[in-house]
Amino acid sequence: MSAIKVEKLAYSYVGLEQGQSVKVFEDLDLEIEQGTFVAILGSNGSGKSTLAKHFNAILLPGGGKCHVYGMDTADEELLIPIRRSVGMVFQNPDNQIVANVVEEDVAFAPENLGVASPMIRHRVDNALKQVGMYHYRTHAPHLLSGGQKQRIAIAGVIAMEPRCIVLDEPTAMLDPKGRREVMETVARLNKEKGITVVLITHHMDEAAKADRVVVIHKGVVRADGRPKEVFSDIDYMHELGLAAPETVELCHELNKLGYALPLDLLESEDCAQALYNALGGN
Amino acid sequence: MAPILEVRNLTHVYSAGTPFEHRAVDDMSFSVQRGEFIGIIGHTGSGKSTLMQHLNGLLKPTSGQVLLDGVDIHSDKKFTRQARFRVGLVFQYPEYQLFEETVYKDIAFGPKNMGLKAEEIDRRVREAAKLVGLTDAQLEVSPFDLSGGQKRRVAIAGVIAMEPEVLILDEPTAGLDPASRAGILENIETYRKTKNATIMMVSHSMNDVARLTERLLVLSGSKLAMDGTPAQVFTRADELLDMGLDIPDVTRVFLRLKQLGLPLEPVYTIEQAVAAVKKLKEGK
Repeated sequence: MSAIKVEKLAYSYVGLEQGQSVKVFEDLDLEIEQGTFVAILGSNGSGKSTLAKHFNAILLPGGGKCHVYGMDTADEELLIPIRRSVGMVFQNPDNQIVANVVEEDVAFAPENLGVASPMIRHRVDNALKQVGMYHYRTHAPHLLSGGQKQRIAIAGVIAMEPRCIVLDEPTAMLDPKGRREVMETVARLNKEKGITVVLITHHMDEAAKADRVVVIHKGVVRADGRPKEVFSDIDYMHELGLAAPETVELCHELNKLGYALPLDLLESEDCAQALYNALGGN
Repeated sequence: MAPILEVRNLTHVYSAGTPFEHRAVDDMSFSVQRGEFIGIIGHTGSGKSTLMQHLNGLLKPTSGQVLLDGVDIHSDKKFTRQARFRVGLVFQYPEYQLFEETVYKDIAFGPKNMGLKAEEIDRRVREAAKLVGLTDAQLEVSPFDLSGGQKRRVAIAGVIAMEPEVLILDEPTAGLDPASRAGILENIETYRKTKNATIMMVSHSMNDVARLTERLLVLSGSKLAMDGTPAQVFTRADELLDMGLDIPDVTRVFLRLKQLGLPLEPVYTIEQAVAAVKKLKEGK
């Protein structure tokens, strides 16, 4: 079943100059299967975030269609079920946290959805456990680290029990530990709870953890496949202003010395083993 | 050589005497030479931002001193004001601070405040713009019409136009794509070379600091935990991981190769990795 289906999407926004219109998409098709973990890559201004905002009807198509679990996002009547199905997490955790106590913040969305109070208690506890922040439920969010705050924001989305979570550069402001915490949480929600994950990122190593990588360039899908396939075309990635994970970049450079290392080694352990064999270590 | 900047037993306590008292910087000491490129790494809340804000006098130490060219920047108001211009600070997401009608006016804001003559302001604006790769035509447009990466460049140019002897940047590449990231890092390196300026860059990217800097200050729990070359710092992988930090991916690969028995020294950039493999091959 498809979680998100975008057909012939066209979208333009009004520029700052009067009467100016800036085209983001003309004719974009993309389908995301329920339960998959998809990373969307693209240089700044490629249209990634604009696309993501179509996934829960923050933006509506200027042309073509966007369906979320079969619901047309242009149908105003369906706005609430759409927003319940697809939750969004943004870059800056400080802009997403509204309450003074962690558990109250997580309860904000289900309260607004009119969930009955005993159910809210259950959902909040459950969501906090899933992101590993249950222990902090009575803490003040502003005293937490960036990674912890971002996990609270994710818990706030999970408490709505969405089937899909869209994260727009959730780790851009985090330190290495915070990044690891968020990435582990997202991967676990996908693997254990079957939640569809759409991750927009500039970190190639994060995209490498996805089932599928979609590369958008100037409003057009330019690459789409398993991370190993997409990153192994390293010259093409460079051409699009992107990169490959450092392990792949390393093998690529070493191949210029005459080695024939595969360009799909995304884990440092795999990369080390291949290098060990190539260097005659075995 | 006398250091350009010296931090002596710097301590900063927020909300002293209240239940919210927090020692954000605890007895840090280090000195910095002209022309050095220093990376500052540390987990969230380790004291990086508080430290940065002391270096141009935005915050006053609770105890300890910050010396610029041997003079305590708080010993006289005149010196504090000078420190504002001699030490340039680029905050996180500096593009949010753009406000002028044109890119030119925005970059000119700092030099204008320094009370410079019109021709000198013009020279500096054009030079700074050129250094970060902005064209003459772009100087006349509204900064809000530019892309995210370009806006970031305008904001950095605005600080560079003050020609600070020490340029401090807080995560200058956060949220940018790999190509923009590489471009901005190259601009910073060019500024260092042409002006023999000191660069201090806060970053969460171990790969970036490994590639660019000659020295790393590692902050952890409000203390200066390590001060050394990237080679010295990244060999202490376990400690870094405990502090919530990381090591570059190539370092991880090479540490594993060494464990597997290959006679390889630790490396922390791809160039070094390639050189190390070459050496190993020729040695056989």
